[in-house]
Amino acid sequence: MKKFFAQTYLWLLLTMLYAPIVIIAIFSFTEAKVLGNWTGFSTKLYTSLFSGGVHHSLLSAIENTLIIALVAAVISTILGSIAAIGIHNLRGRKRQVINTLNNIPMLNPDIITGISLFLLFVSLGITQGYTTVILAHVAFCTPYVVLCVMPRLQQMNPNIYEAALDLGATPMQALRKVIIPEIKAGMISGFILAFTLSIDDFAVTIFTIGTDGLETLSTYIYADARKGGLTPELRPLSTIIFAAVLFLLIVINVRTYRSQKQKEVKL
Amino acid sequence: MKWLFKLFTKRSSWSIPYFIFLLMMVVLPLILIFFYAFQDEQTGAFTFKYFEKFISNPEAANTFVYSIGIAIITTIACIVLGYPAAYILSNRSLCRSKVMVILFILPMWINILVRTLATVALFDFMKFPLGETALIFGMVYNFLPFMIYPIYNTMQKMDHSYIEAAQDLGASPVRVFFKVVFPLSMPGVMSGIMMVFMPTISTFAIAELLTMNNIKLFGTTIQENINNGMWNYGAALSLIMLVIIFVTDLFSDSDEDRASNEGGII
Repeated sequence: MKKFFAQTYLWLLLTMLYAPIVIIAIFSFTEAKVLGNWTGFSTKLYTSLFSGGVHHSLLSAIENTLIIALVAAVISTILGSIAAIGIHNLRGRKRQVINTLNNIPMLNPDIITGISLFLLFVSLGITQGYTTVILAHVAFCTPYVVLCVMPRLQQMNPNIYEAALDLGATPMQALRKVIIPEIKAGMISGFILAFTLSIDDFAVTIFTIGTDGLETLSTYIYADARKGGLTPELRPLSTIIFAAVLFLLIVINVRTYRSQKQKEVKL
Repeated sequence: MKWLFKLFTKRSSWSIPYFIFLLMMVVLPLILIFFYAFQDEQTGAFTFKYFEKFISNPEAANTFVYSIGIAIITTIACIVLGYPAAYILSNRSLCRSKVMVILFILPMWINILVRTLATVALFDFMKFPLGETALIFGMVYNFLPFMIYPIYNTMQKMDHSYIEAAQDLGASPVRVFFKVVFPLSMPGVMSGIMMVFMPTISTFAIAELLTMNNIKLFGTTIQENINNGMWNYGAALSLIMLVIIFVTDLFSDSDEDRASNEGGII
């Protein structure tokens, strides 16, 4: 009986949480301009989303979002992994300082990060555009990469690296053959996390994107919503984003589940 | 050349590039907020005038108080709705499926604007008036997963022998809950409060979309000032928000639970 109530409560809450996205998904399969009008099943919105044409700026916004996310995630993964190896070998005061600094971007609300970076770019006289958005995204993504890689380094047996050096490997070879394989899983999780954080971001992007007409998905949606009307093509797009995120989360969880299982076997 | 090689092989020095990056992109920008907030736009002299402007300007001050009120209501609603959910999710005899947990945290990973617009669409669809109630509903929608997740996390790590000991010693289920489970889950509730209260107080755009521009929150006031070129006033308002966040931060010291220490997402 208790279990029945508990399950009912969870399902009620889930229905409430998912109602909006379900409505969007359902109405992405009809042509009506106004959401809520059902004019028969059609995949026209999906085809027109991908064929471009009238909604060219939406397509280029998607393109910008993906390029920015990819570049920012690659840079943060490299920077964060190198930093993690460095921090792992630091002791005492220095380690504490860099860990505190690493926490700041995660604790700061997006709007503060955005405004502070905006002030940085204007006071240095840097024109805002692609580069500034990517720099800003790297700034708030890298701490998460560091957090993903650090535990892997801690689990690693430090003797293996020393053994590789003793057996004549150069530090570079030891890095490539010993450290990187050990922290690869953390790097991949960090990369995925950075990628999704970058795609999702709105508050930091809008302050660092400048006024040259560069648009990401978030700023496009924002501008679109402010004009009052929502482009109908946003419905299939939201549905696709939702499905993609669902897929990514499942992949990540299967991965962590598997690595946990492996650990158990090793023990 | 030799010292460069030595620097490279000493692995602790690998943190140097990131350290410089953090100084440039995190510390310096935050110092700039202070700098702009206390600097006179025209003369460049030290001044408190932007803070005086905030206090004497009823509109900004009212928005500030109103935003704090909305954030408190949202946070409380999220605790009331989210705590039981987290409890059930972490209780093995009530819910065994891991998929449920994923379903609850999945909305965290969807663009906040998409989520908000979907909520607006739902309200439109149900002919629900877009006003204060819609605003609070929408905020709870947006931030509920951020409350459930940290509480769930703490409850899952909880040592169950405490609960069993209390039961063995004859405590009633209600007593076990209030004397053992609830106090042990407090760190999770604290980080949940941080994860809900802070974004609610600092969001912009969300409130306008949910209320058709009828209600403005403090985040929007800051953004408007920055957009209109009033950088110094905007910086002063940001500094006020930073103070609020710092105060909230003092109440909770559970940074450990914030990010996953195990390297995964769940």
